[in-house]
Amino acid sequence: MIGFELKQPKSLQDATNALAEGGVLCGGGQTLLAAMKLGLNSPESVISLGRVDELKGIRTDDSGRLCIGAMTTHADVAESAGAYPALAGLADRIGDPAVRNRGTIGGSLANNDPAACYPAAVLASRAEVVTGSRVIPADDFFVGLFETALDDDEIITEVRFPIPEAASYQKFLQPASRFALVGVFVARFADGVRVAVTGAADEGVHRWGAAEEALSGDFSPSALDGLSVSPDGLIADLHATPAYRANLVRVLTSRAVAAC
Amino acid sequence: MPKDDGIGAATTRREDVRFLTGKGRYTDDINVNGQAHVYFLRSQVAHGRIVSLDSADAQAIDGVIRIFTGEDFAGVGGLPCGWCVTDRFGQPMQEPPHPVLAQGKVRHVGDPVAAVVAETLDIAREAAELIDLEIEELPAVVDMEAALEDGAPKVHDELSSNLCYDWGFIEDNREAVDAAIAGAHHVTTLELTNNRLVANAMEPRAAVGDYNSATDEHTLYTTSQNPHVIRLLMGAFVLGIPEHKLRVVAPDVGGGFGSKIYHYAEEAFCTFAAKAINRAVKWTAERTESFITDAHGRDHVTRIDLALDENGKFQAIRTNTLANMGAYLSTFAPCVPTYLHGTLMAGNYTTPLIYVNVRAVFSNTVPVDAYRGAGRPEATFQIERVIDKAAREMGICPVELRRRNFVGKDQFPYATPVALQYDTGDYEATMDKLEDIADTAGFAARKAESARCGKLRGLGIACYIEACGIAPSALVGALGARAGLYESCTVRVNATGSVSVFTGCHSHGQGHETTFPQVVADLLGIDADNVAIMHGDTGTTPMGMGTYGSRSIAVGGSAIVRAVEKVLAKAKTIAAHLMEAAEADVEFADGAFTVAGTDKSVAWGDVCLAAYVPHNYPIDQIEPGLEETAFYDPANFTFPAGAYACEVEVDPDTGEVGICSFAAADDFGTIINPMIVDGQVHGGLAQGIGQALLEHAIYDENGQLLSGNFMDYAVPRADDLPSFVVDHSCQTPCTHNPLGVKGCGEAGAIGSPPAVVNAVIDALQGGGFDVDHIDMPLTSCAVWSAMNESRAGDGQ
Repeated sequence: MIGFELKQPKSLQDATNALAEGGVLCGGGQTLLAAMKLGLNSPESVISLGRVDELKGIRTDDSGRLCIGAMTTHADVAESAGAYPALAGLADRIGDPAVRNRGTIGGSLANNDPAACYPAAVLASRAEVVTGSRVIPADDFFVGLFETALDDDEIITEVRFPIPEAASYQKFLQPASRFALVGVFVARFADGVRVAVTGAADEGVHRWGAAEEALSGDFSPSALDGLSVSPDGLIADLHATPAYRANLVRVLTSRAVAAC
Repeated sequence: MPKDDGIGAATTRREDVRFLTGKGRYTDDINVNGQAHVYFLRSQVAHGRIVSLDSADAQAIDGVIRIFTGEDFAGVGGLPCGWCVTDRFGQPMQEPPHPVLAQGKVRHVGDPVAAVVAETLDIAREAAELIDLEIEELPAVVDMEAALEDGAPKVHDELSSNLCYDWGFIEDNREAVDAAIAGAHHVTTLELTNNRLVANAMEPRAAVGDYNSATDEHTLYTTSQNPHVIRLLMGAFVLGIPEHKLRVVAPDVGGGFGSKIYHYAEEAFCTFAAKAINRAVKWTAERTESFITDAHGRDHVTRIDLALDENGKFQAIRTNTLANMGAYLSTFAPCVPTYLHGTLMAGNYTTPLIYVNVRAVFSNTVPVDAYRGAGRPEATFQIERVIDKAAREMGICPVELRRRNFVGKDQFPYATPVALQYDTGDYEATMDKLEDIADTAGFAARKAESARCGKLRGLGIACYIEACGIAPSALVGALGARAGLYESCTVRVNATGSVSVFTGCHSHGQGHETTFPQVVADLLGIDADNVAIMHGDTGTTPMGMGTYGSRSIAVGGSAIVRAVEKVLAKAKTIAAHLMEAAEADVEFADGAFTVAGTDKSVAWGDVCLAAYVPHNYPIDQIEPGLEETAFYDPANFTFPAGAYACEVEVDPDTGEVGICSFAAADDFGTIINPMIVDGQVHGGLAQGIGQALLEHAIYDENGQLLSGNFMDYAVPRADDLPSFVVDHSCQTPCTHNPLGVKGCGEAGAIGSPPAVVNAVIDALQGGGFDVDHIDMPLTSCAVWSAMNESRAGDGQ
């Protein structure tokens, strides 16, 4: 790793000011530091948000939404998001204990890795991503591969999750990285069902509209009979073919519904 | 009465205290005053011609000491190959040069082009980025079939083709085998690959070269399984440094699995550069560097034919293999697909006719050499897979088919048609034991239970035999080895009776510091705590060939026994003198010398003290002191063998394979420390299961290693593996070494891949899928795709 300047602001305002001067934001560093070690990213300065306490913690707002500070670690979500068990369970199965103790929800969402778990939860839950300047609905937040609606000078502060009537996240592990080879998050609300898929598509996390429609009418695995997923646009890599990923989307959606 | 710390005792590993408390001393822990650091600029293309290399800007960076390129090594030798295979036409293999730094061409991603030596590693790395290197990229040779086609690009321009050798074994049997197969009642054919693997030792390779200009002495600290071999190869063949001016130290080494046997360019570089700049030079591999510079393993493509008569008796085996050598010949690469593979093609069976053809191929990939098992896994995988397929085709139970063809326990010594003589074994007994510990009788019930849960359960059986304890030097010399393969030991009895043992073996996870003292303690009747093992330093240990091929206890342990026997012979002379008795009447037991029929006795410690304080001493017969050296050259290989059973569940919706249970019944002959043997088997099974289900070094058509990091190269984690059931109570001691030991380090990695694959195929067949074979690794996607194709084939 090449040397760099480390900035450790203690408030959101200081972090925003630091960002204006240039540098890259670092949440838990679980992606950034690995990229820097490999020489894929060589920033001159790194702005760590680790000491910004106002970005940490979990609360319930007046609307009953579970609001999670951007710098809350996966381990803390696993431990303290009991009001939303599917989300806590998702956090509990990200990476390994070392990753869960460092990695943060804000870092994961800002990075928008196409195989990350949190984007599926955010998208399926109709969550809102809050930044220092605005509130971004989930449907608008994820733009594409490692791309989000965030501006360069914008810092995620909080993620607000409406709590569905029932939800389940089914993750099929890529055996080496243990990211999701495919992950499917199903959330049932009073006014409809949302199905978000991660790991499968070149474009990153996305919704499976046909399944949402079928499940909104009949929330049972059999409602998916006859539905198929097109392999077009799905990821082809060392670990799986598009056809296999298409199969997993269907199988995991069915299992998620059964688990709800 | 057996000692509680002697042969057969499950004593805890004494080395673990330092490893688990951070007190190990690895090569990277060694820092020499004034040392410089080297960063290697490596080729990012698989094949290319170096057009120009300008390092002026890099050299100008403050802190850069010197930048080396291939030209600096024009006057020294290349990295030598330690084995010359003769092809089936009587000609020696094609043997290209292997420069320390690339000269003219680069031949694989990772090939070192330049080396920047600087005050710090950061400076060296930064400077390397400023080197202006122009490479004209050439078409890469990756696929082995394509590499052998007329007009294929050549990895080495000076060779006639990319064929290293075309080897036939035994060539005189070729026609007879062809005829037997042509006229057989039944022939089963299987085409398969043995997937390329990366060893991934926990400790990356490292080297520190040091030089003393006052004495003209070199010291190399390196991550090696065999420091004496490195001293010989590097000193005599690369740098021209005589042994008395070159000390090679391999301190604690964090795993090797074969990948640290070989002499690597970085070792020669650090040694050379230390003299050139008159400062120590240090290098430690980054993990990414390990993936593209450590020798890879396996990478065979094979077609095997098994001929059977109407009763299922094996009549003949013919196998044709393409073996990938990579871009250069690594130290022992040529012998792996030949003498460590072809000679094992008889397996545990009485097949009378066998012919093995191997074509070794150069490609623009990392060199391939021995990896845990080395040739024997490749042989075993073919045999045990084709037997399973034959059993299904002929409607015979796979266990029964194996039993019908086992070498019977009354047939030993058994001469195979592929040049080995198995000294002893009892394959029926290990199979009986396996069926017991794996509860094969209960499989049908477990399968039904799995089916109730929607899973397909399969049972896979595999047997293996391996040739270990390499090897009789004269024999391997006749087969092309350029080294002897004895082992050495010096037993230094100290004045107060404690013992220091200097072995030519090297321990990098095997537990020699625990096991070897148990042998000495047993022979001398003293506490194992009074015995210390010294290894890994050519400055202190006798010339030995190191640790690989499950050879340490069989060859190195035997050298210990021989040295202790010499010590005891001299000690008896001293004891006879002290007791004023005839030497012939002196007996030794439980740490004391006695005279039969009298109450005369002298303790071990008193004899030792007399040897070093020789006031009352038979000085006219023998010298003072009590220190003996022995070299042991075995009469034959040893032949560990066993039978493994794997049960899997396959998820029909996703193709995911879960291992429910794995049982191993091994015959390792005499066991010195059963706990360490358990651990060796566990480790081997983990790596074998890793090969079967997870691991794969994949190159694209441009010669880029796609699975070149742990995000894409899957090594097994604890939760990928079941709790193993391991048994080594079946013991037919080796007949030709003094301990009766056979070796156990590689067995698990040899026998487990076919057991896993056989189990998955059994599960799929039981689920109605007409799938005969899936190439390793059996990823979920690979298994699901095979099921899917089978469904499509059925018109479902």
